[in-house]
Amino acid sequence: MFELPPVTEAWEFLQKNSVAIGPQLHLLLWALGMLIIDFVIPAGRKAVSALLALGGIVMAGLQLYLLRSSSPISAFYDTVVLDSFATFFSALFLIAAAVTVFISYRYLEIENEQHTEYYALLLFATSGMMFMAAALDLITIFISLELMSISTYVLVGFLRRRRRSNEASLKYFLLGAFSTAIILYGMSLLYGVSGTTNLIVIGEQAKLLQGNTLLILAVFTIMAGLCFKVAAAPFHMWAPDAYEGAPTAVTGFMSVAVKAAAFALFLRIFFVAFHEVRGIYVPLLVAVSILTMTWGNVAAVTQQNVKRMLAYSSISHAGYVLMGLVAGTELGVIASAIYLLAYTFMNLGIWAVVILLRRQDISGEQVEDFDGLYSRHPSLAIVMLIFLLSLAGIPPLGGFIAKYFVFSAIIEVAMDPSQPYASLMVWLAVIGVINAVVSLYYYFRIVYAMFIQEEYQPAPLSFSAGLLTAIAITGIVTLLIGIYPQPFINLARAATSPLL
Amino acid sequence: MMEGVLFYILATVLVFFSILTVVARNPVRSALYLISALLSVAGLFFLQEAEFVGAVQVLVYVGGIMVLFLFVIMLVSVREVVFQRKAGRQWKAGVVLALVMAAELVYFLINGVGIFQSTPPETGIIVAPETQNTETLGRVLYGTYLLPFEIASILLLVAIIGAVVLSKKEI
Repeated sequence: MFELPPVTEAWEFLQKNSVAIGPQLHLLLWALGMLIIDFVIPAGRKAVSALLALGGIVMAGLQLYLLRSSSPISAFYDTVVLDSFATFFSALFLIAAAVTVFISYRYLEIENEQHTEYYALLLFATSGMMFMAAALDLITIFISLELMSISTYVLVGFLRRRRRSNEASLKYFLLGAFSTAIILYGMSLLYGVSGTTNLIVIGEQAKLLQGNTLLILAVFTIMAGLCFKVAAAPFHMWAPDAYEGAPTAVTGFMSVAVKAAAFALFLRIFFVAFHEVRGIYVPLLVAVSILTMTWGNVAAVTQQNVKRMLAYSSISHAGYVLMGLVAGTELGVIASAIYLLAYTFMNLGIWAVVILLRRQDISGEQVEDFDGLYSRHPSLAIVMLIFLLSLAGIPPLGGFIAKYFVFSAIIEVAMDPSQPYASLMVWLAVIGVINAVVSLYYYFRIVYAMFIQEEYQPAPLSFSAGLLTAIAITGIVTLLIGIYPQPFINLARAATSPLL
Repeated sequence: MMEGVLFYILATVLVFFSILTVVARNPVRSALYLISALLSVAGLFFLQEAEFVGAVQVLVYVGGIMVLFLFVIMLVSVREVVFQRKAGRQWKAGVVLALVMAAELVYFLINGVGIFQSTPPETGIIVAPETQNTETLGRVLYGTYLLPFEIASILLLVAIIGAVVLSKKEI
C-alpha cells in the first residue's frame, strides 16, 4: 500500500520548489484575486481593474528582480528552471503586459468593453508565457503554451459585438489549435524515441540518435508548429486577419509578447534539445527565414489598412529573429534576444500611436488617418517617425542595433568555411539586406501621410495619461537601445548563457 | 491464446463500427456507432493491462464527449444534414490523409517496436513493473508532473472564463 508522506514533508517540498516559480505564482494569484474583487467594483468603475493589474505586474516584476542574480534554480523534478534566460524573457513579457495595460485602458473605454476579465486574462496569458520561458520539460511546455494561447484567443475576440473581432478569434483559435496539435504530435514522437520528456536528457539522447527517421520527423513537426506560433511563412496566414480583427491593444500585445514567448520556446528547444542535429534543420530554417521576411515585406507594400500593414511587417521581423537562430552561435542567440527586446519596445510604441488615433468615428486604422498629423501634433508625429525608422533599422535607433547584431551573427557564420551551409548564410544575409530596403518603402508611406499630406481630420485625439506614459517609455527605450546599447547587450549576453 | 482471440474479436468489432461510423447517413447513428467503436478501444486498453486509460476512455469519451456530440446533433436540425451529400469536396484530401496514415502504420508494422530505441533515462519516469498501472500514473501525476498538472487547473479556469466572456450578453 502506498504510504502518504507526512504533511510537513510535502510542505517543505512546496516551499523549496515554489521559489523558482515565485513571479508566476504572484501573477496567477493576483489575477484570481482580481476576479473575486471584481464583484465589489461597481459597473461604471471597472477601470480600477487596470490599476490592480498593474499592481500585480509590478509585484511579479519585483519578485523577479529579487531573484535575478541567483544561480539557476530548477524545481519540481526539473520541469521548470529559473535561469537568466527565463528571467530575461519574463521581464520582457511583464514589461509588454504593463505597456499593454497602459494602452488598453482608454481603448476599452471607447469601445465600451471595460471589464476586469480583460485584465485578468492578460495576466493569465503573461504567466503562461513566463512558464514557457522557464519550461524544461515537454509537458510543461505544452501546458504553458496552451495557457498563453487560450487566454489570447479570448482576448482577440474580446470586442464581442464586432463581427471582425469574432471572426479573428475563431480563425486564430482554429489555426492555433491545429498548430498546437502538430507540436504535440512532434512531442509524442520525441518521447517515443528518447523515452523522456526532459529537454536536457533529450539533448543527450539526440547525440546517439543521429539520423533516426522518427527524430527527424519530430524536429520538423515541432518546427512547423512553432513557425505557426511565431507567424513565420508559409504558416503565417492567420496573422493578418487575427491582428486586424483583434482589439488594437491586444494586437500590440500579440505582436510582441506572444511572438517573443514562442521565440523563447524556439530558442530553448532548438538549443537545448536539438543542437546536436542542427545539420538537419538549418537548410529548412534558412528557407523559412528568407520566405518569411520576403513574403511579409512584399505583402505589406500593398496594404491600405495600417493594422494589416503592421501585421505583415511583424511577420517579416520574425524572419530576422530567425536569422539569429539559423546562425546558431553565441552571437546568434544574443542577436535574437536583442532583436526581440528592441522589437518589443518599438512595436508597442507604434501600436500605442495607432490607438491614440482611434477617436470618435475614426478607426485610426487607415493610412489616410495619419494625414497631416505633423501640422497638428508635431511631437507625436516625430515620435511615430522614430518608431518607424527604428522598425526599418535606421541608426542610431534600437532597430538598427537589432539588425546590426543579426547580420553580424549571420556574416560571422558565412565567413567561416568550416561551418556547414556557409554559402546559404551568404544568401540569407543578402536577401535580408534587400528586404530591409523594401520595408523602408511602406514605413515611409505612413511618414509621407504624416508630414506631407495636408488635410487633417479635425476630431481630437484620444489622449490619456496611460497612453502617453506608454509612448514615452517605449520611445525613450527605443532611443536608448540605439544610442547606448551596451547595458542591453550585456543583459542579452547574460540571458543566453544557459543555452550554450 | 485467450488474449489473442480477445484481441481479434475486439479489433474486428472496432474496424466494423469505425466503417459504419463513416458511412452511416444519419448523424445520430454515426454517433452511436462511434460509441461502440470507442468501447472496443477501451477493451483493447484493458487487454494491454492499461486499466486506468481504459476506464478513462469509457468515462471521458463514451460518457462525456459522446453525450456532447449527441447534444450538438440534436440541437442542429438533423433533417437537413441527413439529405446532404455525405462526402463533400473534401473527400480527396480525406483520401490523401488516409493514405498517409496507412503508410505510417505499415512503416511501424514492418519496423516493429525497434525504431523506438529508448534507453532508460535517468531523470524520467521509471515504471516499476510490480506496481499497478493506476498507482504508477498517480505517482507520476502528483510527483514528476505536479507542476504541469497544477497549471492545467489554471488552464481550465481560463477556458471557463473565456467561454463566459465570449458568450454572455452582459458581463
